[in-house]
Amino acid sequence: MDSGSKISRRDFIKLAALGAGSLSLIAGCAPNRPSGRAVLSDDDAGLLGAIADRIIPPDAWPGGRENGVVAFIDRQLAGPYRRFTEDYRRGLDAVTESCLEKYRKRFESLSAEEQDSFLREMESGSLRDGKWKAGFSTRFFAMVRNHAMQAYYGSPRHGGNPDYASYKMIGLDFPPVIGQNRYRP
Amino acid sequence: MKNNHVNAVVVGAGAGGGVVAKELSAAGLIVVLFERGDWVSFEDHDNDELLSQRTTVLGNAFGPDDEKYRRVVVSDDGSTEIVYPSDGAYNNIAACVGSGTVSYGAMAWRFMAEDFRMKSTYGPVEGSTLDDWPVSYDDLEHCYEKAEWEIGVAGDPSLNPFAAPRKKPYPMPPFAYNREATMLESAMKRIGLHPFPIPMLRNSVPYSGRPACVRRRTCCGFACPLNAKCGTHNTVIPAALSTGNCELRTRCVVGGLIIDASGRITGVEYFDRDGTKQEQTADIIVVAASATETPRLLLNSTSKHFPSGVGNRYDWVGRNLQGHAYTGAFGLFEEDIFDDVGPGATLAVSDFSHHNPGIVGGGILANEFTRLPYLFSGIRPPGSPMWGEEHKEFQRKYFRRNIQVVGPIQEMPFFDSRVQVDPSVRDSWGIPVVRLSGHRHPKDAEGCEFLSGKAETILKEAGASRTWRHLPGSGLSGGQHQAGTCRMGDDPRTSVTDRFGRVHDTPNVFVSDASLHVTNGGFNPALTIMALGYWVGEHIAGEWQKGNRFR
Repeated sequence: MDSGSKISRRDFIKLAALGAGSLSLIAGCAPNRPSGRAVLSDDDAGLLGAIADRIIPPDAWPGGRENGVVAFIDRQLAGPYRRFTEDYRRGLDAVTESCLEKYRKRFESLSAEEQDSFLREMESGSLRDGKWKAGFSTRFFAMVRNHAMQAYYGSPRHGGNPDYASYKMIGLDFPPVIGQNRYRP
Repeated sequence: MKNNHVNAVVVGAGAGGGVVAKELSAAGLIVVLFERGDWVSFEDHDNDELLSQRTTVLGNAFGPDDEKYRRVVVSDDGSTEIVYPSDGAYNNIAACVGSGTVSYGAMAWRFMAEDFRMKSTYGPVEGSTLDDWPVSYDDLEHCYEKAEWEIGVAGDPSLNPFAAPRKKPYPMPPFAYNREATMLESAMKRIGLHPFPIPMLRNSVPYSGRPACVRRRTCCGFACPLNAKCGTHNTVIPAALSTGNCELRTRCVVGGLIIDASGRITGVEYFDRDGTKQEQTADIIVVAASATETPRLLLNSTSKHFPSGVGNRYDWVGRNLQGHAYTGAFGLFEEDIFDDVGPGATLAVSDFSHHNPGIVGGGILANEFTRLPYLFSGIRPPGSPMWGEEHKEFQRKYFRRNIQVVGPIQEMPFFDSRVQVDPSVRDSWGIPVVRLSGHRHPKDAEGCEFLSGKAETILKEAGASRTWRHLPGSGLSGGQHQAGTCRMGDDPRTSVTDRFGRVHDTPNVFVSDASLHVTNGGFNPALTIMALGYWVGEHIAGEWQKGNRFR
């Protein structure tokens, strides 16, 4: 628990109970878990998926969750993004704590408008209490935003963007067919 | 087992080192070419944007890796941070055979005569170490020509009225414009500019036994699966190896120069691919490890004769680190422009390279390389949301409907922008790492303001419905165009090497990479680095054949 949190531990447990779920508990590397994820717990994945769906909301095309943002981040946290594991652990916990304090609900249960408003607060750095000190909310938000974009718009071989769904969305052929898909006025 | 003594060691198989190794081995010298990386190929990264040299978020497909390498960056407030090769602040140069020439965009610019005479052309600039080179364009002209013909350039020199004079045309015809370039060409002509096809180190027709380019979108930032892009890895390095006089030692990390009791430099110490420390003695040592790693190697080589590092008697090694202040503008259009004809950049103007009122130097402007989807997700007009519904809609609406016009502003060298070695942080071989500090000269911002305005004017004329400019920050410069840290000069008190790249105070140590650049031109520097490789290599080979053993 973040010692800089403004609420007492007892209040916090009450709030957590309201949220009907445990806090994010990023497990160690356990690739054979039933979830198929290497690093993120079910709760982590649920929260991250909810955030991903506001960063890239579903519309006629898939949202961030459906397009593999969680799978991508999970896989990278067991690989090149291992160094960000602690930031994810701390950041996801802080999102849940802050939402319980502010809305008495977990982030996943907020309306889309509330979720966006909370994410904008994270992005702008207006969340400043202990768990977000020293610009952590802005830094954490930017990191999740960038990783979500990488998952959504990057190569499927890293766990996100199955079948190049985002390429189809923006009208970019894949595989590129040399000489066949040139612009025709 | 002790390595046999050789005539020359070349440290770094990139744009400069590859050329020098070929020149020396072709002249009969026995050469060992060291490369800390390995051979790479397209299959290592495929079409994967997240590993490309332009977007190294999941690591560098072309090395070095985040596990073994690190650097220290010093902020203006004195605080320090450890950074890794996939971080932008590391200012990485690829670690592989061919280095940046494997994955570059392959623009093949010659500098102009003014670029070698910046101080004479513009006068001194306060707070800058701006100076003339000790060599002129005319001195290097034949070296540019050799680079163009031996490595391979496609272009049409007749269409750029500002180009420096040349004796021979390019060996290959220019590439056709893509759709956006066609739109820009007519817009540029309407406002009196002189557009022309960008000269490219890429085969527009089959050349040197390699096929013609098929215009892939994954070109800039990627290796070419067809071998149609021309780098040192598929031209001069194989030529060097085929002489039988050159041995390429990959995955070998050179940590320091060996200095004997008399102060003579007798070879290099290196760690082989198993991590075993070895020595390689040589008559001549050519350091071509990049404008960050070359000064690191010299500074890490100390003895009682060189207490602050080889070539550093007057504290100039590692100084004047510069790159390019990239600036330009984006334009949005209300019709599809994207035709997927790679690599995107095809046309340029050189109207703003020099003699701009109130500006010292300038830069070319060109249409930009294809912005792949993740990179494009970071491109938005000022004030636009960087996520959410509107961000997604923009991605959909404008991916095929945007043009970027961009160019490199010639930076004013700044003495306090520098490479040092860190007193405590070491890489995984125990070698003290690069420590970077400094920032751009304020004059660079004026050049960017000017050039980005021109880019915006062009885009408006081309029919953009919305335009915005992008300007670089004022922080440390370097990046893939890093240069200037072992400048050549006639005065040993204000330079590191002589006009042939020989390090002052040593008879047999040479530098041959962008470290030599006194100034970095308003152009991508690869062809100039190659030309300097010919200049240095030809000098050493010529002297060697006359009997000079550089003692």
